[in-house]
Parts: sequence; C-alpha cells; structure tokens
Amino acid sequence: MNAKSEELPAADDGRDLYRELVLRHARTPQNFGCLPSPTHGAEGVNTLCGDKLALYLDVSPEGRIDAIRFDGSGCAISLASASMMTEAVGGQLVADALSIGARFEAALNPDGNGALGDSDLAALTAVRRYPSRVRCATLPWRALERAVAGPANAESQTVTTE
Amino acid sequence: MSTLPETRYDTAEALDARGDFPILAETVNGRPLTYLDSAASAQQPRDVIDAVRTYHEKDHANVHRGVHTLSHRATEAYEGARDKIRAFVNAASRSEIVLTKGTTEAVNLVAQSFVRPAMSAGDKIVITHMEHHANIVPWQIVCEQTGAELVVAPIDEHGELQLDALYALLDESVRMLGVTHVSNALGTINPVAEIAAEARTRGIPILVDGAQGVPHAPVDVREIGCDFYAFSAHKMFGPTGTGVLYGREALLDAMPPYQGGGDMILEVRFDGTTYNELPYKFEAGTPNIAGVVGLGAAIDYLENIGMARINAHEQQLLADMMQRLGDIDGLRLIGTAGHKASVQSFVVDGVHPHDLGTLLDQQGVAVRTGHHCAMPVMQFFDVPGTARASLALYNTADDVDRLIESLERAIRMFR
Repeated sequence: MNAKSEELPAADDGRDLYRELVLRHARTPQNFGCLPSPTHGAEGVNTLCGDKLALYLDVSPEGRIDAIRFDGSGCAISLASASMMTEAVGGQLVADALSIGARFEAALNPDGNGALGDSDLAALTAVRRYPSRVRCATLPWRALERAVAGPANAESQTVTTE
Repeated sequence: MSTLPETRYDTAEALDARGDFPILAETVNGRPLTYLDSAASAQQPRDVIDAVRTYHEKDHANVHRGVHTLSHRATEAYEGARDKIRAFVNAASRSEIVLTKGTTEAVNLVAQSFVRPAMSAGDKIVITHMEHHANIVPWQIVCEQTGAELVVAPIDEHGELQLDALYALLDESVRMLGVTHVSNALGTINPVAEIAAEARTRGIPILVDGAQGVPHAPVDVREIGCDFYAFSAHKMFGPTGTGVLYGREALLDAMPPYQGGGDMILEVRFDGTTYNELPYKFEAGTPNIAGVVGLGAAIDYLENIGMARINAHEQQLLADMMQRLGDIDGLRLIGTAGHKASVQSFVVDGVHPHDLGTLLDQQGVAVRTGHHCAMPVMQFFDVPGTARASLALYNTADDVDRLIESLERAIRMFR
C-alpha cells in the first residue's frame, strides 16, 4: 500500500461523508461505556458545539492498551471516529496507537496523504472536504493523546479541539 | 424635521427584497443560497455596501480632529449616522447614542461603568435564563469583582419568561436587571415595556439586550422605558464591529468613562484630565467610522421598506415554517412562546444538529447549529445544541420550501 490518498466517492449531497459504515458506527458505537478502574483517562470537548466524549483506558506496564472504552454525546462524525479508534488501537502498544492517529490526521489534511489501509477509519477520510467538521473527527484522538500523556491513575483531564 | 424617504416598495405586494442583497445570488455547493442564519449575522443590502465603499473612496479621514475637508466629511458622515440611529430608536437626544464595537461591548460598558461602582457584597444582579452569553458573562465578572450575586429568573417549557417569578426576585438588594428583548436561541419576544415598568416602580435600572430586537420590529426606547438598550449593526443588515448603546442621559452623565484615550477628553494634563461631553466620553480612540456609516445606510434601507411591513412579512413566513417543521416526524421545536420573532430552533431524533447543519449546507441551506452562545438555554431543554433557522426580511416562501425539502432528505439519510 503506497502513501497515496484513498479515492473519495462523489460528494452526492453529503453521502461521501455519511457513508453506511460511518452511520453504522455512529448508531451502534463499539466499546461504548466505561471501565471500572481505568489506568488512564481524558475528556474531549468540542467547544464549537459543547459535545463531550470521555475516554477510559487500561494500559499494561509494558505500554499495551489492554482495554479502551468511551462514552458521552456527539455528532455522527465524532461518535464514528471514536468507535473506529477504539477498534483500531485496542491491543496496540501506545506508540503504535499514536502513529495510527498521526496517519489518520494526515489523511484529513486537504491534500490527504495518510494511508489507512483497510481500517474502518478510511471511511472517514471524506471529512477533509468538510473543513468545519475535521475537529469532530479528531476529537477522540486528541483525548487519546491527552490520556496516554498523563501519568497512570491521574485525574481525568480535559482537552478541547480549539 | 426631514421629509420621509420615498417608499420604494408597493405595500400591497408581498415583500421580495432578495434582489437588494448581492450575496443572495451566490450558489453554495452548486445550489442557490438559502440563507437562514440572519440571527447570527444578517447580510448587507447593496445600499450598505455602496455607502461603505463610497465613504472609503471619497470621504475617509479621522473624525473630530482636523480642519481639512475630508476630516469634515468623515465627521459629517459619522455624526449624521448617529442622528439616524437616534431617530431609529426614538431616543430623546443624540447624547444618548454611544457607538461601540457591538452589543457585547455595550453591555460590558454598562457593567463596568454603571453597575460596578454601585455594587457591594450582598447586592444582586438579576438576568433571565434565556440570555445570550453577552448578557451573562459581563455580569458574572462584576459579581466576581464586587462579591455581588447573579440571580437568574426562570423560563418555562415554551421558552417564555416566568414574569411573576422574575418580579418576585426584584427586591431592594437588586442593583441591575438585564433582559433580552428577543431570545436569539428561542425567538421569544419578552414584554420589555411591562418589565421595565415593574423595575422602575422598584427603582431598579434595566438594560435590554436588543441585538435580536432591532432587525424585526420597530423599537422605541422611550416607549419601552428602559435605562439602557444595546444592539449591533450586523444583526440589522449593517457591517460587523459596530454597535450602539442607548443610555438615559442622566445615567450616562453620572457614569465614569469605560476606556481612556483620544476623543474622550477635553483637556489632558499630567495633574488631571477633563473628560469630554456625552456621548464622546464613552468613545475613546478612533471609532469604526465606516461601520457606523454602513449602519446609517442600513437604517435608511430599513425605514424605506418600513419595520412594520418587515415584521408582517416575517411573521407570515415564521407561522408557515413552524407549522411545517412541526409536521416532520421526530422533530421537536425548541422555543414555542406565544410572541416570537422569526427564529426557530429544533432538534431531530437520532440526528445530531451538526450533522443536520452539514447536510443542509450540501443543499445550499445555511442554518446555525450548536449552542447559539446560550448554553444555559440548552441545559434547560436538556439538549447539547439545536439547529436554528432564522428568517429576515429578504427570505421568501421558497426559502422555507428548500429548508423543509433538504431537512426531509437529510433525515432520510440517517434513518
């Protein structure tokens, strides 16, 4: 797989953004809920709309994400992104999870040059055509960065998408 | 007394002012623009755009400062606009018209120059649950500075102010009452003349946030009987960065300046400065001259059509829009007060307002989504945000048709 951007479907009144896979994740998000005693956590707030997503992680001493959950309310794009993120990073080393996040964000740049392979996240790359919605897609990833940057068992911290 | 401008519109015909607004000829995402976000910022008619351009091309210099010709012309244009504003809201004197950056600055001016010096710990400021952040946060800052308390009058499930509860809050510890004329999130028109009368009998000063009042109906500050009335040019088809504080002369006269600088002084000496007379005492620094000229042109434009006619046109569209929105399955109207301006918030089951906003935009329909700078209103209705369609004088029945069609289409995609 080269680093060329994935082909986007035609815009067609927003159907490129709200693809069936995105809507499915938004309607029935994966890993939705919380963990009984997470080692790491953070809250992401979209200041534009007031949406909030809380992220809970169990990170092993070796730095592996053993479990990840999220809850809160948001638009279809932020919910789908969070749901896809938990699937993509669960079981991964923290460093690998962050590198997936970096590739995802690169794919949302206007020139969209981050390759996502056959991850569900690839279905969200049309967000790059909707600049005002990019922060909805990156919100859960900002929370992930903040959560793993903090020390284990720290108080949950808040990050915004300003 | 100047003669009334010639009326351009035949009052017997339905209002169709769309052609007066160049931006409404734009296409968005390949479709004609349906602009339903005038409550956030209204578009400008050609008359306003031309007046601002002519000012820049022919008349620009600093105001109140030079003997040269351009400075004189700029001053005439700026002060001429102040006279138009005075007449537009029927203030008693041009000294009562303070030009600001906008409604927000006007409220902050009153909070800091009028209320703060009079406050002590234990005093209260009363506002309502439906205020815009601009009529909440300036008062919270004064409360932090003085140890005073901010008290909030309740609203009901229709988005109407509970007047009896409000009046019950107005005791002798209240130093200020802040009320919006029209709620930007709910459209509710508050009975501000009645509220001002109640406040007056108790000796409580009242500020009315008129940002959403002036674009929709005639406003007469003396008929309302308020002490302060604040509004913004860009909500009434003028430029951004320009607004107005109307204040009763006796109150403005007794208030200390809000900001110091040029233009607000008579004499500056290192052992003491004498402040300028009203309204210049509150206009430190070079003002937004072009913005004020544009506001003057916007007033001419509105008076040419007639505020009563604009109101009748908008009310007809609003009734149609509310009924058709209400007929959509799973759609909940937020803001159903008996007296409303042409603003309608709504939420749709299973579709987040942001997703609606994006999908409507794909159809060329511009609505506002989010909390509308009125987060306490969202908390009251227990929603993260709403979609809001706001109508102005240039909207037509076609715009309502396009809103309904594109909404139904967006909802189908999600179900």
